Amino acid sequence: MRDVAVIGVGMQKWGELWEKSTRDIFVESALLAMDDAGVDSLDAMYIGSMSPGLFTSQEHLGSVMADYLGQKSIPSTRVESACASGGVAFRMAFMEVASGMHDIVLAGGVEKMTDVGGGDATHALATAADMQWEGVQGVTFPGLYAMMAVAHMDKYGTTREQLAAVAVKNHHNGTMNPRAQFRMEITVEGVINSTKVADPLNILDCSPITDGAAAVILVPADMVKKFKKPGVKVIGSGHATDTIALHDREDLTTLSAVTEAAEQAYKMSGKDTKDIDLAEVHDCFTIAEIIVSESLGLFERGKGGPAAEVGETSLKGRIPINASGGLKSKGHPVGATGVAQIVELTEQLRGEAGDRQVSSARVGLAQNMGGSGGSSVVHILEVM
Amino acid sequence: MPPARSWRAYPQTYRLEAARCSKCGKAFFPPRLVCNKCNGRQFEHFEMKHTGKVVTHTIIRTPSDEFSGQAPFALGIIQMDDGPRLTSQIVDLPFEELRIGMPVRLEFRRISSEGEAGAIHYGHKAVPVRI
Repeated sequence: MRDVAVIGVGMQKWGELWEKSTRDIFVESALLAMDDAGVDSLDAMYIGSMSPGLFTSQEHLGSVMADYLGQKSIPSTRVESACASGGVAFRMAFMEVASGMHDIVLAGGVEKMTDVGGGDATHALATAADMQWEGVQGVTFPGLYAMMAVAHMDKYGTTREQLAAVAVKNHHNGTMNPRAQFRMEITVEGVINSTKVADPLNILDCSPITDGAAAVILVPADMVKKFKKPGVKVIGSGHATDTIALHDREDLTTLSAVTEAAEQAYKMSGKDTKDIDLAEVHDCFTIAEIIVSESLGLFERGKGGPAAEVGETSLKGRIPINASGGLKSKGHPVGATGVAQIVELTEQLRGEAGDRQVSSARVGLAQNMGGSGGSSVVHILEVM
Repeated sequence: MPPARSWRAYPQTYRLEAARCSKCGKAFFPPRLVCNKCNGRQFEHFEMKHTGKVVTHTIIRTPSDEFSGQAPFALGIIQMDDGPRLTSQIVDLPFEELRIGMPVRLEFRRISSEGEAGAIHYGHKAVPVRI
């Protein structure tokens, strides 16, 4: 396997982008990544997108996006793994460059979620669960994570305030990210008193509905000097699955696909949890960030809530989590999220993150997750 | 839901038909072709007893469109006494009485009606067992 580096990143502001189509949103971010790297042609590309069919009645994004990006004729593939689609697209691109098949590969992600109403969006997202045996009873995604939260609170004493602390921290970080969808401070009281969605989760525990895209360019590490910006090396990659239905898991307070993907990535990179300077994790709901931080081994089981509450995961804490604002503040266009995490890590490791820069960051971890944890991807990046 | 799709699930929807791996004994609801514990491919089908207990729960207050007339409603993961776990609505009790570990029994109820002319969809819902 060849060593692989990220050499360009691109991401436009996320939000409710009514004036822009899926292809506009994707092409804008892809062009930013190509300009950042200084390339005008690609060997191949992968596009993470969960459900362009249900959200916009358009499948076959491989062809659509290569065509509209001016790259007609290159191999171009849409990748789907629910909300982990972007992270898996990045892994496909990583493997393609590592294998020697191609040299300049774009990994992107896109989701256009606001062309449908809230009920249809809830339905489209629910298809990432077991539709026949969970969905049929009226379960929603907040409902699945709420059931994990109830189990975690029961087993470890995790509190309502600790859940809120995650949202407050991520919104604070998001105020420093010009591309974030919701750039405003919130308070613990505000989260606890916000509209109930699925007990104990309220609307301010949930990531929003978002239109957005992100893209990165991968090349062989030994080619990095040919490009204009410093490269960031991809030193670890892991990918694992778990049961599709939450109810088929013996332990509802952990996410085994996250742990398995992380173990693969730690092993490939030769790094340990103590080497990680910052992490971008999949905080689709506040409880998710707490359980993921434990499942990655960054905190002991049951200690993720207290750690968030006392600031260990804040920008100046022991291990900053979601410096970008996370899914909560930055937004969660599901297929783009995993790629946006790589954008954030690359900018952090290049020292380009502005007010939210994590000081002396050398090694970063990204964790992206599909559904209620039915799939997860973990990548570790290091400065070159 | 397309008629063939609900028809395929009749044995589970109406009779709670499950399958037990002949090799290792692990029980599955719904039945599978391969055991996820021992990779066994031989199963004995059986009808589950209707009793179990609540493993975790929530109250859905923002539902999908299909369930919009029913919210708020309680939902939980049920550990069936025969081994499998499943997701079910929990009905016939005030929300504040929901507890992890509470014994429940699955009863045959209406789950949803699909649109104006669509079929009414039946299935099981969990009700508390009063001891």
